[in-house]
This record gives sequence, C-alpha cells and structure tokens, in this order.
Amino acid sequence: MDCSIRRLADVVVAGPAGQIDHPNAQRLQQALAPLVDGAAAAKTPLVLDFSGVEYISSMGLRVLMVAAKQMRSQGARIAVAALQPVVEEIFDIARFRYVLEVFPSVRAALKEMSAPALAAYDAVAQ
Amino acid sequence: MKCIRFWGTRGSLPIALTAGAVRNKVIAALRGASGRSFASESEIEAYVDTLGMAVAGTYGGHSPCVEIETGGDEYVLCDLGTGVRPFAQRAIKRHGAASPQTYHIFMSHVHWDHIMGFPFFTPAYIKGNRIRIYGAHAVLEEAFRRQQAAPSFPVDFSALSASIEFIHLEPGQSHGVAGLDVSLMLQEHSGDSYGYRFSSEGKTVIYTTDSEHKLTDVAETKRFVEFFRGADLVIFDAMYSLTDSISIRADWGHSSNIVGVELCHMAGVRHLCLFHHEPVSSDETIAKLLVETQRYEEISRKENPLLVTAAYDGMEIRL
Repeated sequence: MDCSIRRLADVVVAGPAGQIDHPNAQRLQQALAPLVDGAAAAKTPLVLDFSGVEYISSMGLRVLMVAAKQMRSQGARIAVAALQPVVEEIFDIARFRYVLEVFPSVRAALKEMSAPALAAYDAVAQ
Repeated sequence: MKCIRFWGTRGSLPIALTAGAVRNKVIAALRGASGRSFASESEIEAYVDTLGMAVAGTYGGHSPCVEIETGGDEYVLCDLGTGVRPFAQRAIKRHGAASPQTYHIFMSHVHWDHIMGFPFFTPAYIKGNRIRIYGAHAVLEEAFRRQQAAPSFPVDFSALSASIEFIHLEPGQSHGVAGLDVSLMLQEHSGDSYGYRFSSEGKTVIYTTDSEHKLTDVAETKRFVEFFRGADLVIFDAMYSLTDSISIRADWGHSSNIVGVELCHMAGVRHLCLFHHEPVSSDETIAKLLVETQRYEEISRKENPLLVTAAYDGMEIRL
C-alpha cells in the first residue's frame, strides 16, 4: 500500500492508496504514525487524501480511530477528504463520520483548516 | 440438525413494543395501502408481506434463547433469557405437562440477560423433567441458585421439582450431546463467555454471542476463523456499530455487524445471522442495519457470497 506525503504550509496531506484491508492496515498505521506524532506535537492539522483508497476494512478504520484519538488529545485536527463512493458507504455503515471530519475534497478540508495551506494548494494547482 | 428457532434475540435487557410504535406501524401500513383495493384475504396478506419487518413485524424483545432442533426427542437450547418462557409454553402445549422431557441447555455465560428466563421456565417446576445445563464457568450453578434466592425471587431453586444437573464442559474438547458434536471456545467478555460450535449430519452452526472480536491480535483472529470455518450458520453478536465498538463502547464485550461479515468471509461461512440486538434499537433501526450489513457484505466479498439475515423472535432457519 502506497502513501504519498505532501506538506502544504502548516498542513500535512497524506494520501494512502489501494485497498486498506487487514494486511494493509498495519502498513497504513506505520505510514501514519510519524505524521500523527509530528502533527499532534506541533498541533498542526493532518489531512488524509482518500481519493486513491478503494476499500477500507474494520482494521483500517481502527487505525484511523487511533490516529484521531491521538490528534484530539493534543488539540490537533485531523480530517479525511475525497472519499470514493464505496469508501463513503463504508464510513456510513460503520457510523464513522462521528470519528473524523469528512470533506468532499482536499481543497475543502484545507479551506476549513488553514488559509496558508489553501493558498499553497491553489498555487500548486495553478 | 434440522432447524434453528429463535425465541429471544435482544441483548442486555428485554424490551416491548410501545403503543406508539404499534400505532406508527399501522399508520405506515394504511398509508401504503391508500388507493388500493383488496379482493381477498390472500391479497391483503400479499400486500402485508411487501411491507417488511419495520412496518409489518417486529424483531421482538425477549433476551437470548435459541433452540436447535436436532430431529431427536430431546430439546437443545442455547441460553436461558426470557425467550425460554414462550419456548416452554410451546413445549408443554405439544407434549402436555405430565409427559417428562429432557432439555439440554448450553450457556454462553451467566450474565443476567442470559439466565433471567429460567425462574419462569415451567418445565423446571415439573417432576420427571430432566434439565441438563452445560457451561464452562465455575460459577454456573451458583449463578442460577443466586437469582432465585430471597429477596430476588419468591421460589428458591431448591424448590424446583425437575431433575436439574450442571455439567462442566472443557473448552477445546469435543463433547457428544443429544446427537450433536459440541465444542466451545473462550471469548472476550466481562467474566468470560464461550462460543459454541454444533455439528451433526454434515451441518455446522456457531453460536457466538457476547463476544468482542477486535481482530487486532492475528493469532486470536485465526483461532476464531478456524472455529467458524465452513459453518452453515453463524449466530453473531452484532450489538454495536463498528465505531461504537472501537470507541465509547470498546471493552464492553460486544461486536459489530462489520466485524461479523469480515470474520465470516475469512472463514467461508454460508449464512451470518445478526443477533443480540441493542435494546434501544427500534425495528426500523435493525431493518436498516440489516440492509447496510448486506451491502457491506457485497462490498467486501472476495469469494463466495455470504447470506446475511437479522434474527427476530420466532424466526426459523432451516438447515
């Protein structure tokens, strides 16, 4: 399972891709751990770009739950953006919208979380 | 094994439909019938059959009690929640009170909701009946005696006239009871609970309630997958949403519909039956849960399809 990492001003955008099933959930956890540690310590936002995620199992959702708890305990924000329709369905079935802020796109998440990060994102997009 | 019959499917606490809930069902049914005409009883029944459980039925409110119809003369039950009372009424009506019967009862654990039907289990009061209660808890007999001791109940356990035996089962071993091959497995639940695997005549049924499956321990997950392996039916504690089961209700000892689907897929199970319904869940909520679970099964399926149903009081599953 690949996981791209972008830094946009004060926001880290992590983009896992593929199927986050039971074997891949541990890889997601390993990829996110240093990002969550850093963002939680700095109290800066973390956005998970899920546009490349095709499926997520209960173990994958558990990884996100642990990350959300750590971020929240430090007063830092975490959000997930750009869910594919199937993954959006899984979030609804699992009642997972209570756990994470969900945005329709990475841009929408950045708009809510950080003006400098949004500016950086728009600059790259142009 | 011929059939599984559900007498109690609600977890933690028995519930009853309120007058308001019944009224809402009637209103919904009449609204749906607006403009229709019915020429016969069968047309009315055909219409009602289109309405679904949320409008035309109820999932019921008795606490856990499940009957395994073996095809033999002796009765086999799992747990003694309040569902055992209607079960006993049916058994007595069938045989008459004077005809001695044998009842084999397998206990998942001895929490209140799983034993509270026993003081109202009429066969226990009738001399000549034979009741064999199986389980792996050291406190099995004590739990039954204590719930009927003063001041909790007016009739002490010692006053029961039937022959009542408590039989300790060893997890990991195979036991032969009433023509069934029975094995059991320790589960994660406060005070421990045990899941049962029943096999006979090429059919296998798993009864796994009050069990928190976290799937975080690979070895533990494999253990359960092997226990479930190839089952025709898994009766599964799906009391909470996944989010609740891993957040505010983590370590409360129950599982979710999503984890049920995942375990059954891994084990090549044919039929998953959602069980131990949350007492605050309305019929609409459980009906929605069922549809969502069937959809998750489709999304996560890699091999053979898994039939998903939701248990209700009175439901029968032919094997």
